[in-house]
Amino acid sequence: MSTILAPPREPSGAPADVGSRRLTERVFRVRESGIIAVLALFVLVTALIQPRFVSSSNIQFILVNTAVYALVALGETMVILTRNVDLSVQSVLALSAYLSAGLFGHAHGIPIPVVFLVGLGIGLAFGMANGLMVALGRVPSLVVTLATLYIIQGIDILVVGGNEVVASSLPAGFVAIPNVTILGIPWLAIAVAAVIGAGAYYLRSYRSGRELYAIGSNPEGAQLAGIPVAKRVFTSFTLCGGIAGIGGVLWAAQYQTINTSAGGTNFSLIVIASVVVGGVAIFGGSGSAVGAAIGALLLGTINVALDVLGISDFWDQAIAGFLLLLAITLDRGISVRLAAALRKRSVRDGT
Amino acid sequence: MEPDQDTSLAATVDPPPGWRSRPAAHHLMRWESGLAVVVVAIGILGVSTSPQFLTGGNMFNLGLQSGEIAIMALPMTLIIISGEIDLSVASIMGMSSALLGYLWNEHWSMLVIFVVIIAVGAAAGAINGLLITRLGLPSLAVTIGTLGLYRGVANIILGPNTISNFPTAYTNVGVNGVISPDLSFSAAVFIVLAVIFGVVLHFTPAGRSIYAMGASPEAATFAGIRVKRIKTMLFIVSGVICAVAGALLTFRLSTAVNSNGLGLELDVVAVVLLGGVSIFGGKGTIVGVVLGVLAFAGIQNALLLTSFNQEAASIPVGGLLLVSVFVPNMAALTARLRAALARRGRAAPSAIGSGHD
Repeated sequence: MSTILAPPREPSGAPADVGSRRLTERVFRVRESGIIAVLALFVLVTALIQPRFVSSSNIQFILVNTAVYALVALGETMVILTRNVDLSVQSVLALSAYLSAGLFGHAHGIPIPVVFLVGLGIGLAFGMANGLMVALGRVPSLVVTLATLYIIQGIDILVVGGNEVVASSLPAGFVAIPNVTILGIPWLAIAVAAVIGAGAYYLRSYRSGRELYAIGSNPEGAQLAGIPVAKRVFTSFTLCGGIAGIGGVLWAAQYQTINTSAGGTNFSLIVIASVVVGGVAIFGGSGSAVGAAIGALLLGTINVALDVLGISDFWDQAIAGFLLLLAITLDRGISVRLAAALRKRSVRDGT
Repeated sequence: MEPDQDTSLAATVDPPPGWRSRPAAHHLMRWESGLAVVVVAIGILGVSTSPQFLTGGNMFNLGLQSGEIAIMALPMTLIIISGEIDLSVASIMGMSSALLGYLWNEHWSMLVIFVVIIAVGAAAGAINGLLITRLGLPSLAVTIGTLGLYRGVANIILGPNTISNFPTAYTNVGVNGVISPDLSFSAAVFIVLAVIFGVVLHFTPAGRSIYAMGASPEAATFAGIRVKRIKTMLFIVSGVICAVAGALLTFRLSTAVNSNGLGLELDVVAVVLLGGVSIFGGKGTIVGVVLGVLAFAGIQNALLLTSFNQEAASIPVGGLLLVSVFVPNMAALTARLRAALARRGRAAPSAIGSGHD
């Protein structure tokens, strides 16, 4: 970490020095570098102890298991960047999983893309409801989405009742989604990576994407700068809901038996943890969709790695929690030191 | 307690005209009186749907079902008023429950076990508090991390085991009442703690300083309030109370498993917010939270007595939570809507210009 401080201490002016300084800076400015290093270290150590860990079937397993979390983390990132949070993704996912996969039983021969569209539609509808309340009502998103988490959960319980979607009612093409591979890479992972790539490009390079960062850094300032804050916040919640809806359909394809417990008890908090581990600031304004996806991948990898190493499953939650604490502590340390280093340099350069 | 503050302010500061017509405390009291009406309505609804609603046996169940959530809501109230949040409460509860089961299985004496779980709860709270105050990390992120960490410790301690050979002397807390047979042990603990927390929050300098730091941490620091120390203390108190709640839950279920209390953290936060405590800190009362607890427990219990699916009680609870956040903002909301409509009516042609990106 002291390398961040090192470049500014050296005498300025030498062109070679400027070049190396830029490189170090660039590396450290990429907030994801820390998490990538942790992930690489984790994979390396596990692979050295147990080579089976990097077998293609095991990597496929990790990628497929991470896909839904990484996808929903993209939506959650968009919301968290604007200094908001969406706790309701878990219940949106569960309801979408049941309703969309249930269509196969109710309407025989329904095309799979239609089912995905239904899942998307369900998610978009709830996302819009969240977005409307947060953006127009200007009420805290934590409270609004906690309330909608409860309400959608209740709706799910009433809709599902004592029923469940069973694997036998699902068509073979749907169930195969998590298993299809292209050149040994799961098709699902490629599709999710493409969506995350598109989302990351949008956040990085589009005006409306950049504006999400501006809103999260300083909501009042963004408003004064003429950014349509309410519209952008509404859009981010809508997209987040839509993505959670799609996540529900994928969940159904992966787990096949769908009742009210789809997604699990703490899905929303796991997704938020992935996003934060991936370097997205919980109070908005910085971070990236790629980082969030790597965060999800790291948590998923830990899960499998412990299994492979023969460590009991019962350890993985504690380690994931510890890593989250480590990630935010390191992130805080790096940002404090980086800010100090940049300040020092700007003072010295007289800029 | 709130009117006291008003009169003292009014006596020392000459209020500007119109100021006294709507002091901040009245806004707060309005939600709480509204909530009281809701609680009474739930009671009437309960009685009209089932003659059993107000019977002693049912009151016992009501207290039993929501007792632990209610107990954990009290320190959560103070933490949220101070401007922070603690999402690790249910995990501390689970860790305490797992530890209790494990040590009992190892034939430790119950008295020593109590001391150990309270110490562990305090340590868990101290870790939260120190990370938040000394490293300046956001409490939302830290306690999501410790939510995983402490639940993980519960998993490690107990693994897949279930411990259920607790002596009846302890598991009776889930069967017998205290003082009156209709008052469950956890409800009695809640009442005693609610009085203590209410007195501390509303009648002591420490309580006042909690409001001050929630309203503005910088101003509180400059006023000489030891913000970091008090916040750390609040997290430690929360850890201890959650450990106690974990013991109560274990004895009530007469079972220690690693999933005890899983997911309860959001219920605890919901109860506090339902009680009119602002998520941004600085506002809220213990009376409101007690009413929030009654509304939460009442809705669940009333539904239990009807044929309605009891698990779907989350719908009215969520609805009430939305009402709680929108009602205090209603005036500002309608004013803004009116302004937006007027602006749209005036500046219709310029709408073409705003369609960038």
